[in-house]
Amino acid sequence: MSSSATGGPVIVVEHLTKEYVLGARVRGYTTFREAAVTAVSAPLRRAWRLARGGTEARSRPFHALDDISFSIDAGTVVGIVGRNGAGKSTLLRALSRITEPTSGTIAIRGRVASLLEVGTGFHPELTGRENVYLNGSLLGMRRSEITRKFDEIVAFSEVESFLDTPVKRYSSGMYVRLAFAVAAHLEPEILMVDEILAVGDAAFQQKCLGKMQDVGRGGRTVLFVSHNMAAISRLCSRGLLLRHGRLAFDGPTLEAVTQYLADEQRPDSLRWETAALPRRLDEYGELARLTVVEVRPAAEGKSGFRFGEDLRLRLTFAAMSNIHSAAIGVGIDDLYGNRIVTFNSDEAGVIMAAGRNNTYTVDLCVPNPVLNPGRYAVSCAVLSGARILDFLPQAGYFDVQPIRRDTGEHFEPTAGAGPVRLACTWEIHPAAAPLVSAAVS
Amino acid sequence: MLDLRELWEFRELLYFLVWRDVKVRYKQTVLGALWAVLQPALFMVVFTLIFGRLAHLPSDGVAYPVFVYAGLLPWTFFATTVAMSSTSLVNSANLITKIYFPRMIVPLAAVGVGLVDLAVASVLMAGLLAWYHVALTPLLLLAPVFTLGVMLAAIGIGALLAALTVTYRDFRYIVPFAVQLWMYATPVVYAASSVPERWRVPFAMNPMTGMTDGFRASMLGRPPSWDLVVISAVAVCLSLVAGIAYFQRVERRFVDVV
Repeated sequence: MSSSATGGPVIVVEHLTKEYVLGARVRGYTTFREAAVTAVSAPLRRAWRLARGGTEARSRPFHALDDISFSIDAGTVVGIVGRNGAGKSTLLRALSRITEPTSGTIAIRGRVASLLEVGTGFHPELTGRENVYLNGSLLGMRRSEITRKFDEIVAFSEVESFLDTPVKRYSSGMYVRLAFAVAAHLEPEILMVDEILAVGDAAFQQKCLGKMQDVGRGGRTVLFVSHNMAAISRLCSRGLLLRHGRLAFDGPTLEAVTQYLADEQRPDSLRWETAALPRRLDEYGELARLTVVEVRPAAEGKSGFRFGEDLRLRLTFAAMSNIHSAAIGVGIDDLYGNRIVTFNSDEAGVIMAAGRNNTYTVDLCVPNPVLNPGRYAVSCAVLSGARILDFLPQAGYFDVQPIRRDTGEHFEPTAGAGPVRLACTWEIHPAAAPLVSAAVS
Repeated sequence: MLDLRELWEFRELLYFLVWRDVKVRYKQTVLGALWAVLQPALFMVVFTLIFGRLAHLPSDGVAYPVFVYAGLLPWTFFATTVAMSSTSLVNSANLITKIYFPRMIVPLAAVGVGLVDLAVASVLMAGLLAWYHVALTPLLLLAPVFTLGVMLAAIGIGALLAALTVTYRDFRYIVPFAVQLWMYATPVVYAASSVPERWRVPFAMNPMTGMTDGFRASMLGRPPSWDLVVISAVAVCLSLVAGIAYFQRVERRFVDVV
């Protein structure tokens, strides 16, 4: 295996397919007793179904990835886009050898590092210094390499003074910064990154984006999964669009992004079932799980609200345990993944005690909104204090139509006017005769 | 077969996982490293009272405490390693689903931790040998060989149980008490010489029989019972091959199941 050779494909994927069997099992593992019971009862049940004239296959295979083929040349920065559940993360997992494909082949040339999560393997009892070594070696760095870069990593993380404190005493911001600092100093030939920029504060995110850009410029191959179209457009030269596990588009980033925006985010529905969607982190959806996200415009059968109409959203979530202070967060993003506004129920004093195995419906109404006509995405979360219990970025989409709510007139803002329209007054000094307005009327 | 070259490439990760487990354990406990000695030491006291004083089990002509401790040393290494290995994959689910590395590293790390404990517990062994005036002989040089045998048995059985525990969570409950019972099928509290002749062959099919007996013999300066050692060595090899083979057969599925 030659390393860092320029030219020629470093990743060749042929007919990659990953099947999961949906159906009876949810937990995934079994006990002996269950295995024994199933061995006896399954044929009986099947016979019973067939005898009643039922259909044979109950547990249908679900294709997380369906016959995907592509190849990537050395030094390319590739963005992978697609809806929740389209197979982006499964693709990265298969490429980084974490999960075994059901069929098809993957050939990779060079040292791979994958970042599917920030701070994998961090141990709360160990100090920051110890975790840098542990995490670094998990990500594939040699001990000598970590020692050599140690000062740089610490400087990047900005947690110098807490290096010998166990990370369980870190704030979540410090934790993320330290974890990302380790990851940012990886020097693999191929880097795979899954949406990790979604964490951390804005300034730090910018720093990370910059670092990723450097990685790409350094001639290394990067695969980058994100919902943030701005970041994808900025970093990547090529885009792969996944749709229901299939490769729907493979080509220039801008085209992939455009297709994703036009096609994947078409508000073909006002209601999204989110219970079964994969979550960004394993712990999301464990204690509380968002099950339905709904957009509820006043006029039936429309893809969204009129301009100026109250925004009405309904979320349903199930509590899997008793949560004594649950709150809901809703964010509205533009289609590039930039946040426009966030609504947190706890900031409005709405905190609830959720009971185990109960389902709750939450209605959010935003009166007299100032969103310009256009298409928007809804992200939602269930929170408890500073903790995120469940989080769904861009779970649903809606349009604000170019029609005024009050008058029914057509209203189109000038191109590039931005996402919001706020009331304002104008004054001009020295006061001039209102010639223009007079002339118009 | 096992990809040894790949395992070698990941040797630093193995080191760090062992280092993490040892470090974390000692950080969370008051007694720290003492635990590694305390556990076999307390067993030694209890077994000396019950089997030495009350039951008067023969101990091959040496003081019972030193006799039983020389058996407890390899056995505790085996038992704690197997117990840790069997839950190791399930407990490392967050790593396995996020990062690729040869999965065999996970149960191997448990063996590493067991070795560290063994080293710590050996200090008391040296003390006992001196206290009871047991003369050191060149046979002591065989001890590392028997330790290697115990280690290979622990790797095989540990890998097998780790893989089984991923699929069948029953093993979380089975393993601890099965290991306890296993000790009585191994010459730890009694001497191998007290087993009737006609049971000797099935007795030695327990991989731990020959290794424990051999380890003790080398400590106490007597020639090992080679018949037991040879049969057990074969059993060690078989369990190693079977454990690794089963582990590798189901390895591909772990990530979709844990």
